[in-house]
Amino acid sequence: MSQGILVIIEHTDAKVNRISLEALTGAQKLGAEMGQSVFAAVLADDCSAMTGELSSKKLDKIYALSNPLLADYTPDGYTIALQQLIEKTDPAVVIVGYSYQARDYAAKLALRCGGAMMSDCIAIQADSGNITLTRQVFAGKFNADYSFSGDGCCFISLQAAAYNADELEAGTAAVEGFAVNLDSREIRTTVLESFEGTKKDVDLAASDIIVAIGRGLKEEENLEIAEALASAMGADIGASRPVCDDGWVGADRQVGSSGQTVSPKLYLSLGISGAIQHVVGMKSSKYIVAINKDPHAPIFDIADVAVVGDLFEIVPKLTEAVKAAK
Amino acid sequence: MKIAILLKQVPVKDAMLELNDSGNWIEEDDVQFEINDSDHYGLAEALNIAKENEGEVTVVTMGPDRVKDSIKQALAKGAHRAIHIDDEEVSSSDPLTCAKIIAAAIKDENFDLILSGLQSDDLGFGQTGVLVAEILGMPHATLVVETEILDGKIKVKRELEGGWFQNVELPLPAMLSIQSGLTDIPYATIKGIMMAKKKPVAEVEADDLGVELDGGAFKLEKIYTPVKSKETTVFEGDADTIVAQLIDKLKNEAKVL
Ligand SMILES: Cc1cc2nc3c(=O)[nH]c(=O)nc-3n(C[C@H](O)[C@H](O)[C@H](O)COP(=O)(O)OP(=O)(O)OC[C@H]3O[C@@H](n4cnc5c(N)ncnc54)[C@H](O)[C@@H]3O)c2cc1C
Repeated sequence: MSQGILVIIEHTDAKVNRISLEALTGAQKLGAEMGQSVFAAVLADDCSAMTGELSSKKLDKIYALSNPLLADYTPDGYTIALQQLIEKTDPAVVIVGYSYQARDYAAKLALRCGGAMMSDCIAIQADSGNITLTRQVFAGKFNADYSFSGDGCCFISLQAAAYNADELEAGTAAVEGFAVNLDSREIRTTVLESFEGTKKDVDLAASDIIVAIGRGLKEEENLEIAEALASAMGADIGASRPVCDDGWVGADRQVGSSGQTVSPKLYLSLGISGAIQHVVGMKSSKYIVAINKDPHAPIFDIADVAVVGDLFEIVPKLTEAVKAAK
Repeated sequence: MKIAILLKQVPVKDAMLELNDSGNWIEEDDVQFEINDSDHYGLAEALNIAKENEGEVTVVTMGPDRVKDSIKQALAKGAHRAIHIDDEEVSSSDPLTCAKIIAAAIKDENFDLILSGLQSDDLGFGQTGVLVAEILGMPHATLVVETEILDGKIKVKRELEGGWFQNVELPLPAMLSIQSGLTDIPYATIKGIMMAKKKPVAEVEADDLGVELDGGAFKLEKIYTPVKSKETTVFEGDADTIVAQLIDKLKNEAKVL
């Protein structure tokens, strides 16, 4: 019988990433519900900083997979190393944070281990041993519940902030080295340089008011509708990723997980659906107004004011009213 | 160079989706479908690579009859041929089953490069391409925003978190999942649309590929509207009334006017 919950730890600059602390929190809660222990795995050339950081958490064990070939992340290196650990420890559940790194290797690892993965979950529930996973579908419009009925290991990746890392229980954890059998010829990816993207001209983090535009604006020509409102309000223009991808505005105006994180006094979104990758960049805004014609648009879930309607009808009138009110 | 692009059809971005009566899927009857967003970038990148490397681009799409429209569109944009894997149930399939079916359908093609979008806008598992690579024994890279074919290998630029990027090299054959962004999406020309009619589309039945269609390890139990965590004031109806109410909020609650 497979036993225990394994959490794979991700780290940057010798520190455990927050998304992994959240994954550990989720694992502790699931462990309590299932009566299962939680253990963690760290992969690096030298794991000691991360295992040191985690040794004060309530964990059954921390495996240190130290190997020079794991200094840089590669999908092959991680998959081979973790497969060896999973075969040895035989966990019932493996949990990772749904980071860019997990997107890259976790599904492959699950398959290599004869299991399957449910990605980007926002909640895990265990009821007398049966696992139910909740995740967003249709870009956040709806939630879906999935039950796990596989024979193999259940792999779960958790969306950022699915669990609160502040609730991670403290305790003690023993650290154990795990020798990985890895040959450089097995790693097919050659990692070259890393570099930062283009420098930003606009610092939306400093904006008081942001008028944010999404694909609901339909065409680049319609940008002026939003610009008129922004200039009436003294606001900066922010945007969703597709709008930046299409080059309507510069990439430095992108708000979200791969753009800027903002928290203005007012975030007024026009024709943005509210996909999680956008929302993480603006949900801490003090006041959120969203204009969207779809009553199911997920942006409304986090808005203070939800305006269900056609932005082309409402925004010009709003601009005039703002001018009159000032 | 033989290049495949795995292309999925999803509800149009503006679709007003509603749940079906059983609460286990959306009501599909009145919904229109289109090519998944990041798959457009995958197709664009495939066409770019083909142009520079005397390549042939094959569109691989799984789904019911309606996906033929998306296949036609991709052919009109310049893809050379297509494989349609006919599957009525694809919408509810899990990514591993999808990947097994796709891998079985294309394994004898010996593609040098398999591309996909990063994730679909309907279920968004973001796994299918990676799993196809694993099944076919290919190396892969995800979140790719740029590619360059070198001798027997490919150099790619990957998006990392926090505004960083990374270059990596993979030996060919390889699989790449493409993130939206840096390439321009090609439009279908009239000539392209005319030519698309003559391009070959191979039909494969998903059931005939020897993959066990047991639904996989995860079963979709229900789909539902999420419960709001925040108290939200909703304005709808007449635009003038909405604007008056909004101005009041902007003055008295947001305090920005
Ligand atoms: C790894 C990764 C990273 C990402 N990073 C980011 C990021 O940093 N930032 C980001 O924004 N996205 C990011 N995305 C993309 C994200 O998932 C969404 O695809 C994107 O945010 C959607 O943009 P949108 O809301 O403008 O477009 P859509 O989702 O197409 O929404 C358009 C909205 O406009 C509404 N609308 C249409 N017409 C009207 C009208 N006349 N009046 C009113 N409303 C109308 C529609 O109802 C719809 O809700 C990322 C995705 C991935 C996979």
